[in-house]
Amino acid sequence: MSTLTSTAAKPKQNERRVTIARAMAEAVAQEMRIDPRVFVMGEDIGQLGGVYGNTRGLIEEFGPERVRDTPISETAFMGAAVGAASDGMRPVVELMFVDFFGVCFDAIYNLMAKNIYFSGGEVKVPVVLMTSTGGGYSDGGQHSQCLYGTFAHLPGMKVVCPSNAYDAKGLMVTAIRDDSPVIYMYHKSLQGMGWLGTEPAATVNVPEETYSIPFGKAAVVREGNDVTIVGVAMGVHNGLKAADKLAAQGISAEVIDLRTLVPLDRDTVFNSVKKTGRLIVVDEDYQSFGLSGEIIATVAERDLSVLKASPQRVAYPDIPIPFARPMEQFALPNPDKIVEAFHAMKRT
Amino acid sequence: MQPTRDQKVWMYENMLVSRFLEETIEQIYLEGKKPVFNMANGPIPGEMHLSNGQEPCAVGVCAHLKPEDVVTGTHRPHHIAVAKGVNLRKMVAEIFGKKTGLSGGRGGHMHLFDANVNFACSGIIGQGMGPAVGAALSRKMQKKPGVAVAYIGEGAVNQGAFHEAMNLAAVWKLPFICVIEDNQWGISVAKSASTAVKDNSIRAQAYGVPGYLVKGNDPCEIFRVAGECIERARRGEGPSLIEIETSRLAGHFMGDAEGYRPKGELDALRARDPIPAMKARLMAEDGMKQEENDAIVARARAKVDDAIQFGRESPYAQPEEALEKVFA
Repeated sequence: MSTLTSTAAKPKQNERRVTIARAMAEAVAQEMRIDPRVFVMGEDIGQLGGVYGNTRGLIEEFGPERVRDTPISETAFMGAAVGAASDGMRPVVELMFVDFFGVCFDAIYNLMAKNIYFSGGEVKVPVVLMTSTGGGYSDGGQHSQCLYGTFAHLPGMKVVCPSNAYDAKGLMVTAIRDDSPVIYMYHKSLQGMGWLGTEPAATVNVPEETYSIPFGKAAVVREGNDVTIVGVAMGVHNGLKAADKLAAQGISAEVIDLRTLVPLDRDTVFNSVKKTGRLIVVDEDYQSFGLSGEIIATVAERDLSVLKASPQRVAYPDIPIPFARPMEQFALPNPDKIVEAFHAMKRT
Repeated sequence: MQPTRDQKVWMYENMLVSRFLEETIEQIYLEGKKPVFNMANGPIPGEMHLSNGQEPCAVGVCAHLKPEDVVTGTHRPHHIAVAKGVNLRKMVAEIFGKKTGLSGGRGGHMHLFDANVNFACSGIIGQGMGPAVGAALSRKMQKKPGVAVAYIGEGAVNQGAFHEAMNLAAVWKLPFICVIEDNQWGISVAKSASTAVKDNSIRAQAYGVPGYLVKGNDPCEIFRVAGECIERARRGEGPSLIEIETSRLAGHFMGDAEGYRPKGELDALRARDPIPAMKARLMAEDGMKQEENDAIVARARAKVDDAIQFGRESPYAQPEEALEKVFA
């Protein structure tokens, strides 16, 4: 367990606490200092420092040659990232909103994700694709999606979804050093941006020195015995808050932060459910055919007998994301829904 | 810039290799597919897009390229791969889907990658543009020599990828050349029915880069124009666009009955087959004698025969190897 994101965790005195945005930028900068092949490109990642702050300070240190503002041409620069990566560079490229994948997905899932396979492993594609996810702030149905399942479903891409700044930095370092494409999905409401409602528990102590966090290792961010709550990104925070509420009712919840969807740490999930006997999956992505079903299947396929109750999911309903605040908040996962899900479990 | 005699012979020989390869693949492809044509049958299953007639586009450009230069090809890639120097044995083995193929059988004929000569291709229209631009960016950033060439068809010019990548290459002044092989047909739809301008080279104006139209499917003229564009790119003066009027002497894919072709078109194109024309030119202008021609033909034939034999005789990978090489 590398970090605790529980809202109960209190900061130590003089501890350096940074946002996910800053942790991402710091990781990229540290890798850029030691590896001249690393460069950043995307929309508004230069002077602006990224709409979500995750490239702030880079252009000042590394200049516009290595921190490239692109035209609004995702098809071109995603394709270019593949070509540059195959030619020995290590591009970190930003898709401003994951919702925009529709304008350039061919370059992502048909090129970036498949060229290693099509070349029998002869070609490497060390691209990190950073993209923002998540809603909750009334940005409408083309600027609020998560789409974790879409990227995790299609083979050839590693998928990273940090829930806090410590993980954000260590996972970014691992992503940049990986020779395969990595989709680095950061949740807007965890970024610590002042103008965007933000989850304070995502801003945590982050060491200044470089460190890496391996992919495929989930974190048990809260230990418990009665139910396992599994999620990523904002889902982890909702899970932790639900665990506090359940604790007040005398129920001990274990919360698992998957951290990466590809590779997926199925063992940690299974071992936890084996202990607790109950499973709730929290997912801000659409419910059907996605993460929540995959996690439940993971347990069910391995050994159904560990389950004391039918698993539950608290996921986004299969609807486009509505604008109006009451409608969007109605649809989003939240701690109360997780508590309700626990009580709604059908005992076997 | 005119080709030397040696360069003409090189172009001629590589056109022959490409044509012999396609003619041999055509025969083998039909094995197991008669009397009933089923694409899934025979030693070479799947779609097969032959490049007969388009060889000048490959040799006229690639005659200027070194192994370090980058080329992305199309779904119709064989002639370009041959001219770029892709390992022919491994390429043919890949077309057969064998373990000894470029990717061990994972890619097939539309997905040929040879990192040793920086060649890649893909099956989706216009898709090679972005990666070639990215490779050009890589060379510029690393201050390493090399240009990048993206081959696309005239139909791909109507894809957004063409516009986005041309603009990006121009705004970043990259060592990039887009070569449009205009064979007049996007599968069954004529260029005149799909494209608002007759001549795609004028689209270069939209990006502030030089645009050239090469008529006549003439390797020497392609060589001349490509040479200017490639030299310009090597000097760091930015990208160019070339449209080449070429001929598709085969169907879009094998099994295409080509009912959409006007009567007489194919015969007229065959009468202008660029390979006999190149032979005649070498004989008329460069003193090539029949014996030299025979030797060139024999070399090309032997190279193809060797690769075909290698591909045919190679084993398939174990099926479970399909599960490997998803990640680096």
